[in-house]
Amino acid sequence: MALLEVDDLRTHFHTRNGVVRAVDGVSFAVEPRETLGIVGESGSGKSVTAYSLLGLIPTPPGRIESGRAQFGGLDLLRCSEAERRAVRGKRISMIFQDPMTALNPYMTVGAQITEPLRLHEGRSRREAQTRAADMLESVGIQDAVMRLREYPHRFSGGMRQRAMIAMALITSPELLIADEPTTALDVTVQAQILALIKRMQAALGMAVILITHDLGVIAGTCDRVVVMYAGRILESAATRDCFKQPRHPYTQALLASLPAAHVKGEDLYTIPGMPPDLSIEIEGCPFAPRCGHVVEACRRGRPALEEVARGHASACLRVQAGEL
Amino acid sequence: MDRVVQVEKGASLWQDALHRLRQNKLAVAGLAILAVMVAAALVTPWVAPYAYDAQDLDLGAARPSARHWLGTDQLGRDVLTRVLYGGRISLMVGFAATAVSLLVGVLYGATAGFLGGRTDSLMMRIVDILYALPFTIFVIILMVFFGRNIILLFLAIGAVQWLTMARIVRGQVMSLRNTEFVEAAVLMGFSHRRIILRHLIPNVLGPVIVYVTLTIPNVMLIEAFLSFLGLGVQAPMSSWGLLIKEGADCMEEYPWLLLFPSIALSITLFALNFLGDGLRDALDPRGAGE
Repeated sequence: MALLEVDDLRTHFHTRNGVVRAVDGVSFAVEPRETLGIVGESGSGKSVTAYSLLGLIPTPPGRIESGRAQFGGLDLLRCSEAERRAVRGKRISMIFQDPMTALNPYMTVGAQITEPLRLHEGRSRREAQTRAADMLESVGIQDAVMRLREYPHRFSGGMRQRAMIAMALITSPELLIADEPTTALDVTVQAQILALIKRMQAALGMAVILITHDLGVIAGTCDRVVVMYAGRILESAATRDCFKQPRHPYTQALLASLPAAHVKGEDLYTIPGMPPDLSIEIEGCPFAPRCGHVVEACRRGRPALEEVARGHASACLRVQAGEL
Repeated sequence: MDRVVQVEKGASLWQDALHRLRQNKLAVAGLAILAVMVAAALVTPWVAPYAYDAQDLDLGAARPSARHWLGTDQLGRDVLTRVLYGGRISLMVGFAATAVSLLVGVLYGATAGFLGGRTDSLMMRIVDILYALPFTIFVIILMVFFGRNIILLFLAIGAVQWLTMARIVRGQVMSLRNTEFVEAAVLMGFSHRRIILRHLIPNVLGPVIVYVTLTIPNVMLIEAFLSFLGLGVQAPMSSWGLLIKEGADCMEEYPWLLLFPSIALSITLFALNFLGDGLRDALDPRGAGE
């Protein structure tokens, strides 16, 4: 049974300039212990999806219009605030993009790491401190006992992200949502943090949702990948299959635009056009205006995400018809 | 792996701040001066050389002398005594009204800023309405209904001062509201109360303390103004603000009547500012010092 099953999630923002359909009918599932990558450009709805699941959407202007998110018998979108509070930080944790602002500058790192433990599990201060020191050490911070007493400003970016991970994992959650955990870090630290997440995942047996716009990160860490565009899922597959044989023109275009894939001396490939304005109702496939394989049918109706090969779903009409 | 971690006693923000404050000489001096002022105010009835309304009818307004260290006013009352008694009123009004504004303003502003949306709009419109009430009329109405009362004076002044505090805190909290550490705190499943008290308020203490050091003198001046209108302290009792006001009226003939209460007020305000500055730095963990 899936650990988390999201079905037809729609999160819209009601702004002065109209309704922005940030997430528009997204369905996916996360199995226990697996790593699911959600990849997409800025504004494709990756983060809003995660925030919706955790009830972090500011309302108004945001509103979850429809959907279910089944997590261990609990619908995250419909449960009471008290139920949600018991899940958040205990069974589901999240780490954020910017480690510089994700720690409270006015609290010691130790106080921040132990807080969820003391609140959710009612541990004593001493017990929590010991656990926090162990945790900090296992995320690779030296002199953990001393470091616990320091304030975040004395930590480097990479160390803060490690401390964030320690804080997120200290309650041994079943699911970790990592929202671009390495975007703000330099490349060597990125690799260390990803390896750390992998290692902690294996140690704690948890599932991870990794949100990123970096296909390289996906390739290196995820079991399965979901490709988002304009608030919808265009393709969903095992990572290997997705990279070997992408079954949506958008994914193909994304892979083709990777600098590593291009022949030296030639211009880099870019996808023509711009992502669509989400405040205007999109008729047909959202990628149609930029797609090289577009036919008349693409501009009518809404292509559903359908399985086109074993465990490989695509929302492209022409792929579904076997034309591509 | 079972290690015993030594629980650090000085782990809280306040203990750290106290430690850092001790290293700031100016702030310590400010604190000491304030302590002396407060102590003097507390023991005034027992140490004042004269009764506050006792008149030395031989003298009238006299320069400082061995008998009256700071001289006497036109009615032959000892200035030292009156400055001491005035300090009681001024310090009490200053601290009490500021405490009211601090407590109400910070909690109100932080709640409005954190909750945002409609709650915030409603709460801030209430502040706007109270802002628009003419202060003097508000106080006069209070006095008329409830009679003249020093406690009421504290409340009336505090009731006006918290408005600005609430606005300042709300603005600060709103800018913090969307930072990831607050989102992380929400995510950890912490209650709103806990987030506001433990995570947000410590982050806004800097501007709050600066504003408090501005509020205390302001409150003392408002008290002088109200007393001058006959709504505050009544003669023959006095306060620093009132003494300065009366002294200023006759500063050419009897300059000591203006000088001594002014010195007392200035020293207090200086001490407050040094302490406030020191506190602001001390409360910022990014500040220097180990």
